[in-house]
Amino acid sequence: METLMEALPALGDAWTLILQPMVLGYLVLGVVMGLCIGVFPGLGGIAGLSLLLPFMFGMDPILGLALMVGMVAVVPTSDTFASVLMGIPGSSASQATVLDGFPMAKKGMAARALSAAFASSLFGGLVGAAFLTVFILIARPIVLEFRTPELLMITIFGLSMVGILAGRVAIKGIVAAGLGMLIGTIGEGASSGDLRMSSYDYPYLTDGLKLVIVGLGIFAIPEIISLLRQDRAISRETQLGGGWLDGVRDWFANIWLSVRCSIIGVVVGVIPGLGGSVVDWIAYGHAVQTTKDKSKFGNGEVRGVIGPESSNNAKEGGGLVPTLLFGIPGSGSMAIFVGAIALLGSGQIEVGPAMLQNNLDITYSIVWLLALANVVGTVICIAASGGIAKLTTIRFALLAPFLFMIISFAAFQSGQNLMDLVALFAIGLLGILMRRFDWSRPAFLIGFVLSSPAETYANQAIQIAQSRFRKSMGEGLEYIFSPIVIVLLVITVISVVLGLRQAKNILAEGDVQSGSKRAPIVFMLAVTAYIAYAFYDAASIPSYSRDRVFPMFVGGVCLLGCAVLIIRMMLKPETDTIFADRERHGDDADATHSLWSTLAWFAGLLVLTSLFGFIIALGVFLFAFMRMRAGVRTAFAAIYTGAGIAFMLGMAWLLNRDFPPGLLQEYVDLPWPLT
Amino acid sequence: MSIFKTTRRVAVGLVAAAAATFAIKAEAAGHGIDLEGKTVEWIIPFSETGGSAKWANFYAPLLSEALPGQPTVVVKFMPGAGSTKGANFFQEQQYNDGTLIFGSSGSTQFPFLLGDPRVRYNYSDWNVVLASGTGGVAYLTPELAAKMDGMNAAPLQGEDFIYGNQGATRLDLVPTLAWEMLGLNVESVMGIKGRGDGRLMFERGEANIDYQTSSSYLSGVTPLVEAGTAVPMMTWGALDDAGNIVRDPTFPDIPTFKEVCEATEGCETSGEKWDAWKAFFIAGFPAQKMVFLPAGASNDAIVTYTKAFEDVKARADFAEISGKRLGKYPQMTGDAAKTAMESATNVSAEAKDFIVNWLQEKYGVSLN
Repeated sequence: METLMEALPALGDAWTLILQPMVLGYLVLGVVMGLCIGVFPGLGGIAGLSLLLPFMFGMDPILGLALMVGMVAVVPTSDTFASVLMGIPGSSASQATVLDGFPMAKKGMAARALSAAFASSLFGGLVGAAFLTVFILIARPIVLEFRTPELLMITIFGLSMVGILAGRVAIKGIVAAGLGMLIGTIGEGASSGDLRMSSYDYPYLTDGLKLVIVGLGIFAIPEIISLLRQDRAISRETQLGGGWLDGVRDWFANIWLSVRCSIIGVVVGVIPGLGGSVVDWIAYGHAVQTTKDKSKFGNGEVRGVIGPESSNNAKEGGGLVPTLLFGIPGSGSMAIFVGAIALLGSGQIEVGPAMLQNNLDITYSIVWLLALANVVGTVICIAASGGIAKLTTIRFALLAPFLFMIISFAAFQSGQNLMDLVALFAIGLLGILMRRFDWSRPAFLIGFVLSSPAETYANQAIQIAQSRFRKSMGEGLEYIFSPIVIVLLVITVISVVLGLRQAKNILAEGDVQSGSKRAPIVFMLAVTAYIAYAFYDAASIPSYSRDRVFPMFVGGVCLLGCAVLIIRMMLKPETDTIFADRERHGDDADATHSLWSTLAWFAGLLVLTSLFGFIIALGVFLFAFMRMRAGVRTAFAAIYTGAGIAFMLGMAWLLNRDFPPGLLQEYVDLPWPLT
Repeated sequence: MSIFKTTRRVAVGLVAAAAATFAIKAEAAGHGIDLEGKTVEWIIPFSETGGSAKWANFYAPLLSEALPGQPTVVVKFMPGAGSTKGANFFQEQQYNDGTLIFGSSGSTQFPFLLGDPRVRYNYSDWNVVLASGTGGVAYLTPELAAKMDGMNAAPLQGEDFIYGNQGATRLDLVPTLAWEMLGLNVESVMGIKGRGDGRLMFERGEANIDYQTSSSYLSGVTPLVEAGTAVPMMTWGALDDAGNIVRDPTFPDIPTFKEVCEATEGCETSGEKWDAWKAFFIAGFPAQKMVFLPAGASNDAIVTYTKAFEDVKARADFAEISGKRLGKYPQMTGDAAKTAMESATNVSAEAKDFIVNWLQEKYGVSLN
């Protein structure tokens, strides 16, 4: 009560600070910049904040905060455009939105999906801020209760969402998740730095694969290729149905789901160390579990959009708790945010344990600036959604090269290296095959995202627990089985049991017919071979290193799963669901162009880049694609190419990025941007 | 052979002296390079989120003001392979027009010193223009701190300690070796992603010993000390002009590891173990972060950058704006920076061998 009495004047001060015309102006400016950045998949808050950093030095703190918070707050709002319209996860926060948002766009209901998503985002942001206003006062001791076993349990809970998204053959889903985890272990181990599936001779893999690349590869590339093969617009209907008001109505009809998912978002966001990458999956899982008719999920169920979108903006608010109260940023963009705060004014704001005592008014300003930015951002986005949704009626061949360009650029963000493009292509190929043979891609991605926390927390929890058990049995048990762990354990078990029971009805990626045996078996054997090799590779790490345990465990479980699947494949007839193959029936089978010739275009961009550097390669690619594949007139192709290159240069100049050089640049010194 | 070597050394010395004279003249005459309308790229081999990013973001706008022609200074992050990727990249760059600089950190120095197979860079090829020092403070839970007998850490020798460690070969080897020398049984829990996570582990009651660099200690641990949940144990100290370890000017009331070691039976402040510790402390802290121009940089450029950093230091408000972010540590330029770099990037073969063996025995980390 006492703390609350102290908090109220601070809250008042915060609003006085916020409600100045200058501050609001900077907030709107930040929001607009954030929207512009967030629209492009894979860029996100880190790129945006880096853009602002040079201006922060000595800036009036509240103005600087307004600008930065405006920018950060709306990225999870505007990245929804890419997720819904193109099926490209705009950022890790909106991966789950793709599952139902994109099918809605295909049905011509893009505007409706978008506005439902935005209404949920707005609401999530506001719920998050309201919750935080009170919670932030008591958060510190609560957050400190989340020790390593609790963090591990939350990670396992996140992994249990695989149960819901596993698809029709549960073991296949589990193997997919395991494959994702194994791919997540590539690189230097966190414990003693031993290498898994990589070597210092090929330094690229030693840092592991980045989420941007895996997310884009596994979701975006298969969708782009598939649409391109069918040579039509994204939306099947030429007449777009479902205006933005319908979306808002959808959200209002599911307001309680939105409330619950917002709370999930704040709570998971508050816990340091997990970041936001699981929040949307947990929210999606919750939306599925609480819906009576589950058959529409994956096919354009609006609740599958409302759930994750409510949680991802709320999460941003929750993420402020570890950032401001502990000085431990919950995400990459929050880390830059902390750094930038130190530059503001004369550096009087110091995030960390003293923040609440010394700067409660500033803390509240940040919380409510975030909420306000959500409101402004959502209004702008809803206003724009009707117009932008028209993109889905454009012939896809005209959009595709632009999308290839954008996702390649996004992939370069992680390493500014040609290998980024190679990795994107390789993961993209895996994504295409997983989609074709009905292996759960969401399960794979959840496995990938949670691989590193699962490994690290498991190793740490075991090590600390051993030390406690050495002291006494009681102390060890108390450490492992805290009340929070037990509650989470119960929730996880219930969720897995329910999930597996329902999984057969939830076709997160649509129905797939079965066909012949050969192709699915070949892919199955290839997956098994990789897993077996990863297992062998981990086993060859010296036995005193903890870095071998996790990949060996996951690999072992997966190999068992593979064995079961292979046996089933040998026993069952070719009509069994295990032989699902999209090339047999449906859109892909009837497509105008073949898979390989379409993929060859992307491969062409890759090869050209390795020879001539990205910009020259892009010029050739854009022009050739427009002229030959899209079949437009030469003049149009030339203009398209020019505009594409100009856009790319503008982005690179703004974000101060170089493009990967090719073989040509080894021999000839070329001026920027050709370097 | 030896005569030839001596002759060569004299010749090199003469050239250097001439160059130095020329440099002073150049500076006096106001020459140097003009960067008007240009963009200076400052490569940081870490991600946007680490301590080096904060350091570079602090200096970048100041440097931009101080350089002739006020070029735009942009910080470019090139993370990867524990900073060796960015450093290898910088090694390959030719000096062009002085628009490329590099910021290294202790985590770049250590792999270099330990002969990490990924290292393809050589500090002696580069030209240092700034060296920023820092310090470190170790702290304990109040219960354990109460058991210490003044500066004597011997009563702690029977306790079980847990420490969140970023990696055996990182800067963390300075604290872990120090604790081992004091006879403390510290178990390293690996896999934390930054010292902030280590502090969180301490705050959650899972770790009971920890260390932070000075600026993080000031912002993150001082409030805990005030609240009575953490007690400082010792600092790593600072170096005086003669190269002796003295009390850290930022924390004059906290004893140094050297003092604690002297007061604790079984801990020696001489011998190969101590020498190795001191060598790696010097490599990791008093010149932790440095700014370099690439190999082959012209003297004009070196002079220009040196002068710019001196101007930054000479700002009336420098003490105020840098105090909180960098701590009260020397920001060295010119010869001082060169000396600092020399001592930070050279350890004796004995010290190196000792640490390599120690890492192998204690953590099973093989660096060969």
